[in-house]
Amino acid sequence: MATELGPTPVKKPASGGPEVHHAPKGVGEDNKLMSQGRWASWLLAPTIIALGVVIVYPIISAIVMSFQKDAGLDPVTGLFTAGGPAGIQNYVNWIGQQCAAPGGGTIACPPGTLGGQFWSATTTTFIFTIITVTFETILGFWMAMIMARTFKGRSLIRAAVLVPWAIPTAVTAQLWLFIFDFEGIANKLFNASILWTGSEWPAKWAVIIADTWKTTPFMALLILAGLQMIPAEVYEAAKVDGATAWQRFRLITLPLVKPALMVAILFRTLDALRMFDLPYILTQGANNTTTLSILVINQIRQGFNAAAALSTITFIIIFLVAFIFVRFLGANVVEQSGATGKGKK
Amino acid sequence: MSTSTAATDLRARQDKGRKTAQNREKWAQGRTYISAAVILIWCLAPAYWMVVTAFREVGFTYDTSILPTHVTLDNFATAFDTSFGNRFGQALLNSIFIGVVVTAVSLLIGVFAAYALARLNFRFKFLVLGFILGASMFPGVALITPLFQLFTNIGWMGTYQALIIPSISFVLPLTVYTLTSFFREMPWELEESARVDGCTQGQAFRKVIMPLAAPAIFTTAILAFISSWNEFLIASQLSSDATQPVTVAIASFAGAQPNQIPYTAIMAAGTIVTIPLVILVLVFQRKIVAGLTAGAVK
Repeated sequence: MATELGPTPVKKPASGGPEVHHAPKGVGEDNKLMSQGRWASWLLAPTIIALGVVIVYPIISAIVMSFQKDAGLDPVTGLFTAGGPAGIQNYVNWIGQQCAAPGGGTIACPPGTLGGQFWSATTTTFIFTIITVTFETILGFWMAMIMARTFKGRSLIRAAVLVPWAIPTAVTAQLWLFIFDFEGIANKLFNASILWTGSEWPAKWAVIIADTWKTTPFMALLILAGLQMIPAEVYEAAKVDGATAWQRFRLITLPLVKPALMVAILFRTLDALRMFDLPYILTQGANNTTTLSILVINQIRQGFNAAAALSTITFIIIFLVAFIFVRFLGANVVEQSGATGKGKK
Repeated sequence: MSTSTAATDLRARQDKGRKTAQNREKWAQGRTYISAAVILIWCLAPAYWMVVTAFREVGFTYDTSILPTHVTLDNFATAFDTSFGNRFGQALLNSIFIGVVVTAVSLLIGVFAAYALARLNFRFKFLVLGFILGASMFPGVALITPLFQLFTNIGWMGTYQALIIPSISFVLPLTVYTLTSFFREMPWELEESARVDGCTQGQAFRKVIMPLAAPAIFTTAILAFISSWNEFLIASQLSSDATQPVTVAIASFAGAQPNQIPYTAIMAAGTIVTIPLVILVLVFQRKIVAGLTAGAVK
């Protein structure tokens, strides 16, 4: 053994023990890191390749497609348009809400066509996102605070919050469609006669309420996990020092739970920005409940390339929001999700 | 004398203080129970309404009594009835098949990546972790357009593989980061101890690591299966009548009259789809919550 000159001659100390080797410091470590790196790349390869095939490849081809013209009959004008490179025309059309004109060139899209819905869909998407995430954060925080307390039946509550989460969104949508039916329980309960899915704001509220019901539990559980990381002694100490409940909440709970809270808000925001199932089934996108995702889906059968441009825009919007969160609001997802392998061991 | 009165005075004051503190405690406890009841009702009432309606006769669809009335099992038969073009039974099988394949493939691939991310030190670890987390947050619509065109061109529209392959894009990242955080928590020192105690590497893996990792893998499998089971966007565009999963079947459920939504049958179908998941989730509640929050809080 001792005479053999392996690639790692000094690998004596087990992890954690004091390093006693006298070889030029770093050489052994480097080799170890390199062999671990080789191991890691073999282990990671299948995942990276699979994600490359199912995510990276479609993204690249979507971007390539988005710079192509859609061939075929124009649904608005009934004229045949040839395919071929389009430059950034698809993007310009969406953002400027322009459609192909009968005599060539573009005109403002007539109302009712998909091309004329870009900004309303964007607005709707952001309205849904801001309102639902706000509700879910406040409600979720409140639920988490309750669930963090010790009382009889606590595990019952913790089990109950998982029920809305476990119900598939498609089922949730049908369930709330039934609840919000004109003759449904919501109207009867509040003695109202609202056509929930019939006009703009009731329809929006129907989607918002259903989404809040479905996803608040997820938020509450993430925040609860954050709350449970706070040691009880901190609260005890603050109590001894005479801090009021509100001070304890503002000066201890909020700052200490902030990392987990930011990640929860980030996850939910990105999820809400791609909202599809609920409005698609609940309102079919009618009455200004068409989100960007629904608009992409409606566009697919009218022209792949324009749809690809729109989906790329959607992707960029979501990416920008994520970037803002991570960069400016300090939602450190990667660190939070625990890549702390450096110091440990 | 004065000292003794002072002492009783003090004791009386202490007693009073204890009482108000007890009262306050009681009051706080009471408020907790009220809040807990509100949460319970908010979470369960809509789900309860689905189940109650599922057992109600069609003629009493809009009955508003809280307790079950006009109880019948007809709706469950209607849910499986194929005469109006619904294929709920087939869809159930499709969802199970797709879910099992997607979960198995994701676990099989993801377990190695999770091991590397949890146990090994290497360059670009943060980058890889960031990429996988980013992938799990990826909007489905950004994938659907090129896949729609690709699958149309190669004649895969409506096939099972057209539903399975895109599902991997969101189930695999979920699998990897859930497993990674589970693996990070595992007492890997035990493997070394087993080796010291005379186990071979294979024995140490089989007798120590496997039993420890099994619950983590099982929980991850449940989470992966649920997320595949709930998928709607991709399936709604790429499936056919023969391959559609339950989410699509329920969303487009047709009744005898074209203008009337068959709510009771839909609620019955929804109940069938939901109950197994809810039972699974309630039984493995602790593990599921740990897995669900693993990605966000270490």
